[in-house]
Amino acid sequence: MLSYAFHRVAYAVPIALAVSIIVFALVHVGPGDPLDAVLPDEASVQDIERLRAQYGFDKPIPVQYGLWLGRAVQGDLGISIGSGRSVLAEVVDAAQNTFILAAFAFILGFPLAIIIGALAGYFHGSWLDRFLSAISVTGISIPHYWLGMVLVVLFAVEFGNLPAMGMTPYGSDGWSFSVEHFRHLVLPLLTISAIPMAIVARVTRACVADALASEVTQALRAKGLSEVSVFLHVLRNAAPTILAVMGLEIGNLLGGSILIETIFAWPGTGFLLNEAILRRDLPVLQGAILLMALFFVTLNLIADLIQSAVDPRIQRT
Amino acid sequence: MHIKVSDMKKVLAPSATNMDAIAATPMPPNAPTYWYLVGTRLMRDPVTMFCAFLLVFVVGLALFAPWVAPADPLEVSVMNRLQPIGTDGYLLGSDRLGRDILSRILHGGRISLFMGIAPVLLAVLIGGGLGILAGYVGGMVNSAIMRTMDVFYAFPSILLAIAIAGAMGPGISNGIIALTIVFIPPMTRVAESATTQIRKFDFVEAARATTSSHLRVLRVHVVGNVAGPILVYATSMVSLSIVIASGLSFLGLGVSPPNPEWGLMLSDLRESIYGNPMVAILPGVMIFVTSVSFNLLSDGLRNAMEIRQ
Repeated sequence: MLSYAFHRVAYAVPIALAVSIIVFALVHVGPGDPLDAVLPDEASVQDIERLRAQYGFDKPIPVQYGLWLGRAVQGDLGISIGSGRSVLAEVVDAAQNTFILAAFAFILGFPLAIIIGALAGYFHGSWLDRFLSAISVTGISIPHYWLGMVLVVLFAVEFGNLPAMGMTPYGSDGWSFSVEHFRHLVLPLLTISAIPMAIVARVTRACVADALASEVTQALRAKGLSEVSVFLHVLRNAAPTILAVMGLEIGNLLGGSILIETIFAWPGTGFLLNEAILRRDLPVLQGAILLMALFFVTLNLIADLIQSAVDPRIQRT
Repeated sequence: MHIKVSDMKKVLAPSATNMDAIAATPMPPNAPTYWYLVGTRLMRDPVTMFCAFLLVFVVGLALFAPWVAPADPLEVSVMNRLQPIGTDGYLLGSDRLGRDILSRILHGGRISLFMGIAPVLLAVLIGGGLGILAGYVGGMVNSAIMRTMDVFYAFPSILLAIAIAGAMGPGISNGIIALTIVFIPPMTRVAESATTQIRKFDFVEAARATTSSHLRVLRVHVVGNVAGPILVYATSMVSLSIVIASGLSFLGLGVSPPNPEWGLMLSDLRESIYGNPMVAILPGVMIFVTSVSFNLLSDGLRNAMEIRQ
């Protein structure tokens, strides 16, 4: 187990490096000079050359990458062109707001999805199962940005007055546990957790149905165990796969956040990224994507480690 | 395909593989082929057939949009802004520039479907090729290709698509390039694992032993057997691709206004969501219906292909 953990962690390092290369390359595949956004139109040739040297753009690409990586490791991801603040500070501030959404989705949504999936798997083939399966197929195919709009139409325009924009009520600043704040949370939370929940429920259903059909379960029943403890055995058998999928689905939450935070004007990383794309604020674009991808790599690593700790069948060396 | 395998098995001494069952049953001279059986199974699956017809209908409407659409999708009318659904001359209402929503949805399907399907086709060619190469050659080539692909798994797919499209700037071709890059790694994985499995069977070795060239083995045995899993996977990928492609346009990447495209229409109509809420969500219905249909079609194909005689 320990040696597996060591290998798995060691494997994450080259992945993280390769991720940094891709993120670095992003700026260089873009059209035009990365300096265009900073330079005023009337800049003289000397000014351009001086700025180019200042940013290090006059050096060969591999050297630029080395310098960029060296600074990034020290937490220096450059300066936002839009706000003039440091990119790291911008991303960290925004990440806190995305974290609120993701945390509620994780605490409320995922357990609910597991319960729904487990019930569907346990009552395999019943109307409940078919109904839940239909919901999860819908959840997988639905464009989440459209789901957000439909929820706004239903609960903010036609039949309710939930707020459709922003994270905080007027005049307040930052998150707190008040009714007004929760009212702002409802629609983005529903939208962002729908697809990950559908996928988690679907996988749970399949795992539980598989485990129920296995001979182990038959033996447990023959032994005279109560249905409840049979069910607990089945759930424990299904746990590793569910954990792995949950790890991946947090990535889905992150990815989905870009469109959903834009729709609901939720000031998280996705919103930041969208602003950066609209303004062509390349340092922010680069920094936000780098941090999000590294977070995702770490998350998968943790999910893998937990999975191999939970599942005795995985004898990895 | 399977007839060829069984013939080969009869000639060569069979070893203990699960292909023996096929080799043991003598095939009648005009036994139905694998794909024929898959086809008959599909015909008997009402859900899959319904989805297939629906998709043919949606694609047909998009293809024939210029002839089917009641109005010019770009024609602006200040007099008829924000008409509700069912207005005379504006069957599905109009947007805030007074453009006919029905016509825009019909025309919008052309770009939306193209941007959804083209990246998957490109990924099948590139990723499928790389995967078959990795699986067939194995060893260092396999490691080199598959470890490179692993890196792309470090990004959630939507994030990667938006990152690439965001860096390259708006435009249909940039959107297609971004999506293709996103879809190549998973496609490579599917092709690689299917090829690795096929390669373990004795009939591949037998074919090599009976002087078939690598190219012939690849063409006849590997591609023939890998095509099924790739088809199933690609169909479900189109579903995701259409959602992300429209999402790119929704963010202002991808298609640029005033061209009609489902995602772009959604983001445009979002401005008038309080004035005309029901019309605002219509283009999303099309994205959703197309996406669900491709997903269910993929499920149906998978079920139909699980024929192991």
